[in-house]
Amino acid sequence: MPDVTRGTPEGGAADRTMIRLDALTKRYPGQSEAAVDALTLDIPAGHIVTFVGPSGCGKTTTMKLINRLIEPTSGRVHLDGRDVTEVPAPQLRRRIGYTIQQGGLFPHRTVADNIATVPRLLGWDRRRVGERVDELLHLVGLDPKTYRRRYPKQLSGGQQQRVGVARALGGDPQVMLMDEPFGAIDPLNREALQNEFLRIQAAVRKTIVFVTHDMDEAIKMGDRIAIFGDNGRVLQYDTPERILADPAEGFVTEFIGSGASVRRLSLTRLESVVLPDWPTVEETSDGETLRAAARGSDRDYLLVLGDGRRPVGWLPVTGEDRRPGERLPLLSPLGPRDSLFDALDHMLTVNASAAAVVDGDGRYRGVVEMDTLRELINTRAAGAPSSSDHLQEA
Amino acid sequence: MPTRLLLRYALTPLCLGLVLLVLALYVSSQPRDLIEERSLNSEYLISRTVKHLELTGVVTAFILAVAIPLGVLLTRRWARHVSGPVLALASIGQAIPSLGLIVLLTVAFVSLGVNQIAVIAFVLYGILPVLRNTIAGLRQVDRSVVESALGMGMTPRAVLWRIELPLAVPVMLAGVRTALVITVGTVALGTFIGAGGLGDVISNGISSSRNLVLVTGSVLVAVLALLIDWLAGIAEDFLRPRGL
Repeated sequence: MPDVTRGTPEGGAADRTMIRLDALTKRYPGQSEAAVDALTLDIPAGHIVTFVGPSGCGKTTTMKLINRLIEPTSGRVHLDGRDVTEVPAPQLRRRIGYTIQQGGLFPHRTVADNIATVPRLLGWDRRRVGERVDELLHLVGLDPKTYRRRYPKQLSGGQQQRVGVARALGGDPQVMLMDEPFGAIDPLNREALQNEFLRIQAAVRKTIVFVTHDMDEAIKMGDRIAIFGDNGRVLQYDTPERILADPAEGFVTEFIGSGASVRRLSLTRLESVVLPDWPTVEETSDGETLRAAARGSDRDYLLVLGDGRRPVGWLPVTGEDRRPGERLPLLSPLGPRDSLFDALDHMLTVNASAAAVVDGDGRYRGVVEMDTLRELINTRAAGAPSSSDHLQEA
Repeated sequence: MPTRLLLRYALTPLCLGLVLLVLALYVSSQPRDLIEERSLNSEYLISRTVKHLELTGVVTAFILAVAIPLGVLLTRRWARHVSGPVLALASIGQAIPSLGLIVLLTVAFVSLGVNQIAVIAFVLYGILPVLRNTIAGLRQVDRSVVESALGMGMTPRAVLWRIELPLAVPVMLAGVRTALVITVGTVALGTFIGAGGLGDVISNGISSSRNLVLVTGSVLVAVLALLIDWLAGIAEDFLRPRGL
């Protein structure tokens, strides 16, 4: 039985509701089942909400009901407290950014003209439009001089997608609707685009509805996830942490698939984790200091710090008498933005049970161990902590 | 402009000019009697050519004026069900042999002048390619492009003018080119109901058994058709939206 009472997530009590779906229903003539059935959902301002579910579950239909590309059979949509039917559809849509798979760019218009679409519809003057285009191209990481005059055909898939995002941001809307925006991109570029988009979102703080069929993407992009079952019914609506830690019965568990614990690791960044201290020695220390440090610790390795407290190597401690051995090089320490999953991956790759972590400036911050990960998984699974830390870092 | 493009554009008129030159030299080298002289003088030939072009121009203008709006209407969502029957009707116009069509119309509308009947017949005959290509051109526009245009707040009318029609232009122009070439050819039949054009020269040649006249008329129609096709080809290149 779908549990619609989960429709209001916790941890967001202070957030203003930007989009409110109220008993929204869409039936197509000649179909016995509704495409969207009495859906009620609050979408908080300034956050990304991902709609995820199998194809045909009504997630795209729901999204299009928001900007009235599809009109509901019954029910209401409120945008920032006002019914969306109060203004004519074209005017409404100019205030809502919209981007779809492959960008839907106009092939006969230049990149600049594409991005200028909504500003021109809003009647901005030529200079303001030009400045806005350049600003947005900068924001999505494309050099205006190089790309302004190009046609979509002359761009790679990833670049087209960036232009699509820039175009959706054109009129500086408070709300954006994105329908599988990275769906047609290869996995490698997709990851880069996702990261970049999160970076942009951290700066612009739009209210975003993000439709995807990929659970991993939903977890990565979403501050909240709405999992759709059949007929546009939301089975669970919550933060990624809580959905992974405590999935609703049946379908959601199945849809999340196996490996929920491992996936949860990717939700926590190292910067938000308290790291245990580790015995360190200076690169420049003499033999006597090294031996003292080795004897003073119960670890099998000492971390060697170089210039500016950067981790540069591991010093193994061997034998009964705890003699420092030959120094092993340390190539790439983990950074603050790496997730626990990255840490696990790193340890498995270099076949170690610990990895050095640095802060934003590359200085030693601590060491993450297999045991640390295990503890974090267990406590988070048991406690299912509030979503606040995830929301803040997005 | 790159030299290769220039060469491509220049080749057709050069060849056609050569054909006309050979024709002129041949005609002037032959002995001509009075009957032949009546058709083979520059004044007469020019007047027939001008009349031919006039008819072609008027017919084409009518074809565009009818077929393009009709094509647009038939691709609107509410007209999905009518587009099949209308296309079938347009196909019938082209399926009837053109000579039959024109004579049939003359008999049916005795009250109209020959020029009007000629125009009606040739419009019916040439309308199909433009109509079909307008519909095909609009239908091949990527749905996601149209949807994102709507989704950004363009009005349906703006989407038609600024997105759909520009993107349909290449396919539509190909239809216009076909219609033009068909029309130049069929306008020659206008002579049979007295509407004039270069068909007069051909029929003069046939009725008076003067092969020189017949050949001249035929070659002139052919050259005119190729010339117009060439012009339409250039227009296609220049009117195609950039970026496609």
